Amino acid sequence: MTPPQRRRRFPQEQPPQPHQPTGEGSQDGRPPKNPERLYIITGAAVEDGERAPIDLVTLIVASAELPPSASPEQSALLRICQAPLSVAEISAYLNLPFSVVTVLLTELLAAELVQARAPIVRQARADRSLLEAVMHGLQKL
Amino acid sequence: MDFKSSDPVTGPRTEDHLPHTAQAGVKIVIVGGFGVGKTTMVGSVSEIRPLTTEETMTQAGIGVDDNYGSDSKTATTVAMDFGRISITDQLVLYLFGTPGQERFWFLWNGLFEGALGAVVLLDTRRLEVSFDVIGRLEERGVPFVVAVNTFPDAPRYPVEELRSALDLPREIPIVECDVRRRASSRDVLMTLLRFLHSLARAKAPA
Repeated sequence: MTPPQRRRRFPQEQPPQPHQPTGEGSQDGRPPKNPERLYIITGAAVEDGERAPIDLVTLIVASAELPPSASPEQSALLRICQAPLSVAEISAYLNLPFSVVTVLLTELLAAELVQARAPIVRQARADRSLLEAVMHGLQKL
Repeated sequence: MDFKSSDPVTGPRTEDHLPHTAQAGVKIVIVGGFGVGKTTMVGSVSEIRPLTTEETMTQAGIGVDDNYGSDSKTATTVAMDFGRISITDQLVLYLFGTPGQERFWFLWNGLFEGALGAVVLLDTRRLEVSFDVIGRLEERGVPFVVAVNTFPDAPRYPVEELRSALDLPREIPIVECDVRRRASSRDVLMTLLRFLHSLARAKAPA
């Protein structure tokens, strides 16, 4: 029996390239060429571009006491971030979409109520020492 | 979405707290067709009970070629299961997989950006459901390895036959696994890490 054969959508495409350092900045002034362009609902008054570079695996930790003016969402977020927690985990525990958590965090970061510990591979391909550390950690599993 | 102060928000259990020394998270994304075992794989290696994060998107005419230019938009919620492995006191690895609808993951801003790489999980009974995902990873330049989840009643193909069917260059590892087993899932991740390491070595000979 022969397996089905994959056909490439773009025959001349190049082999995988490293990540672009700019990450998600796909709207670099050119007209949209991709019909699958996406629009994330933020539902909050944070302008595009003001949003902090928050990744799913950015670690967040509360850095101040809860101010009386905090919203219920902010209070809950600060409460669960007494120990470091990834944005993905915050989203899961608060049962809020990632983009909504991002908006919340942008406000909290601006108010210096939380600290963000940025993912270290955001800017470029992971370096060898990082990969070796991950391998070493996996071997202990 | 309503968020009431009366809603009980349960944070992580005490044993699920990361140490205060945790400095950075890295991520690996597990992709593949529906029912291929992505969530099982996340669960088999995660130190926490897998959690679910989600994203809400509006999309215009996704996959609907005759719908261009129309104003019709649909809100779609994409859910993503994930787990966690503490690597050191400072470094935490997160694994993301999703229960279905893989075409939407690539619309999730930032899911693949900054990821170490991806694992393409395959079921040889439905090889073709992975073709689109592989193409998209290639287009995005996300490095990946292929792991064949060996279901008992699935056809077994020699690796080179799979490689040819998937049209993959020979440097991309293809391994078999049983994602229900922790050691097997771990070995898949190790295969990915070794592959990434070889790429890094090739890029920076120093």
